[in-house]
Amino acid sequence: MPLFEAVRMALRTIVTQKLKSFFSLIGVLIGVTFLIAVVSIVQGMNVYMEDQFANQLIGLNTFTLRRAPGINTGNVTDDEWREWMRRPRISYDDADYVAERLKTPATFARFCSDRMTITYGTKQAKDIELMGTEPTYFDIKNIGLASGRIFTPQEVRVGSPVLVIGDLLAEKLFEGLDPLGKQVRIAGLPYRVIGVAAKRGTLFGLSLDKFAVMPFRAPARRYICPMNVLDELQIKTSNSTTMLVAMGETESLMRNKRHLRPGQQNNFDLQSAEGALKGWRSISKVLITALPLLVAISLVVGGIVIMNIMLMAVAERTREIGIRKALGAKRRDILAQFVVESATLATVGAAFGVGTGIGLAFLVRGLTPLPAAVAPWSIAVGVILGMTVGILAGVYPASRASRLDPIVALRAE
Amino acid sequence: MSDLVIQVEDLVREYDMGAEKVLALRGLTLGIRRNEYVAIMGPSGSGKSTFMNLLGCLDTPNGGAYWLNGQEVSRMSDDALARVRNREIGFVFQTFNLLPRATALHNVELPLVYAGVPAGERRRRARQALERVGLGDRMGHRPNELSGGQRQRVAIARALVNSPSLLLADEPTGNLDSTTSEEIMTVFGELHSQGQTIVVVTHEPSIAQYAERVIVLRDGRLDTDTRNTKAAA
Repeated sequence: MPLFEAVRMALRTIVTQKLKSFFSLIGVLIGVTFLIAVVSIVQGMNVYMEDQFANQLIGLNTFTLRRAPGINTGNVTDDEWREWMRRPRISYDDADYVAERLKTPATFARFCSDRMTITYGTKQAKDIELMGTEPTYFDIKNIGLASGRIFTPQEVRVGSPVLVIGDLLAEKLFEGLDPLGKQVRIAGLPYRVIGVAAKRGTLFGLSLDKFAVMPFRAPARRYICPMNVLDELQIKTSNSTTMLVAMGETESLMRNKRHLRPGQQNNFDLQSAEGALKGWRSISKVLITALPLLVAISLVVGGIVIMNIMLMAVAERTREIGIRKALGAKRRDILAQFVVESATLATVGAAFGVGTGIGLAFLVRGLTPLPAAVAPWSIAVGVILGMTVGILAGVYPASRASRLDPIVALRAE
Repeated sequence: MSDLVIQVEDLVREYDMGAEKVLALRGLTLGIRRNEYVAIMGPSGSGKSTFMNLLGCLDTPNGGAYWLNGQEVSRMSDDALARVRNREIGFVFQTFNLLPRATALHNVELPLVYAGVPAGERRRRARQALERVGLGDRMGHRPNELSGGQRQRVAIARALVNSPSLLLADEPTGNLDSTTSEEIMTVFGELHSQGQTIVVVTHEPSIAQYAERVIVLRDGRLDTDTRNTKAAA
């Protein structure tokens, strides 16, 4: 009997017994749903973490020289924390030393930040990230301007009280008025707005547009980077290879500068997007390793359910098997009929699973800031797995059916 | 010799019922010619069901030989027997044995499916067979939408669709009222007049009357083998 004939026969059986078929394929359905949903979310997170998170927070091909790690995805013990706090901070001297001696071509941005309140007349914007840095910062973080200009190296050198503000802050303080040239105050100190940054959107549901950037030597530095120290020195190179070279150079320069003996630990930290992603990578690895186990369990359960349903079907349709045999069905015709029926059942289940899995992934994307990207390979894997489970689960019942004695089978009720 | 569709020699069939062995057929020898219309009778326990299963190639004998249309089928494998059933034998059962979820047309197509006939050809031949038994207008009906007589006609169409050398009917009127029984036996008579070899297993003398030859079995042996004068072919 040709295969498509058998598949058509199987589909007809499934359609005539909708409810029973649904219950029998629910195990496979759940397994494949899991597979698709988890892979989609992990995949989406990967893209998100790499494109958005790491590059927004740290910058492409950029690393930072800091006192201690800034972005932690792992657990930090108290001892570690205390050791970090004992380290000397990154001074203007440290930054100059590295910037002057680094051989790899790179762009530098001295940087410090804190949360401050900014006022315009009677309006107040609290909890605004105020950053003191250099013009190069806008390039490193890829921040564009919607209007106005960024400050110049001159203004940095003399510490002019000028400010580039984020889109959301502009909206909040000026409510549609042109912010350019307006005077705002930070801790009582007057600043002039010279630029508004282009909108950057959100990250994990948090706005990236609630910020203000000033020259790092500007008057408010006493609040955000007091006593000639910096939070970090940001260093951007042309590509990921030169970045690694520059990181190595920076490490030895800093060890020299701080007179560390061989064997002594670094009392500073170099952080790249790659480093920040390490934590996420380990989480996604756990998810991806645990996934086959979850999927395997539901597929085994699904397979057993299908096997049972098929055994019942063979028992119920003993008479039919007898008739078919009397009319000339060979063993392998009967075997094929039931294996195909079982495989079709499981494949239909897997197909529904793909649907619900994609649905679930999009639901997660809709309801949470987590992204989801459906991986085409996971659909193929899901359907093939379902089909395989169906074939395996069908073999035993089908072989029982094929070995029935036609005389006995014809006498069955 | 070549005219014999069925030739059995010293056929023995023994059933192993645990402790004791039951001899259902104790050496049966007979021949049936092409285009003969034969009724096989006998009281229960006479071995007629066993004989009918052997004739239908649903079972194999413990001893003796059975030639169907010149082929020795008594020593064949299961799959070879399936092939013989498919090509050489058309079954008509007491309980019709139609697939309940399939239409009349699909039921009649079934033997052709296993013969590997392409779909178009299959449909054409199945339609023809249904028209032959007068059910040209009921092809899309399922068995539960048909009367008993119509169901048996579908079964006859299914038995004929492969042009078998033997039409084997087991109590074909056992589940039908007398009027419908007459109708069905008339169909058999027509088929016989068209040249079909027919064997009917029955315990009703009124049904056996339609045949031209009546074979009676008793205790697993041939009891009588008579020509029926009433049935004018």
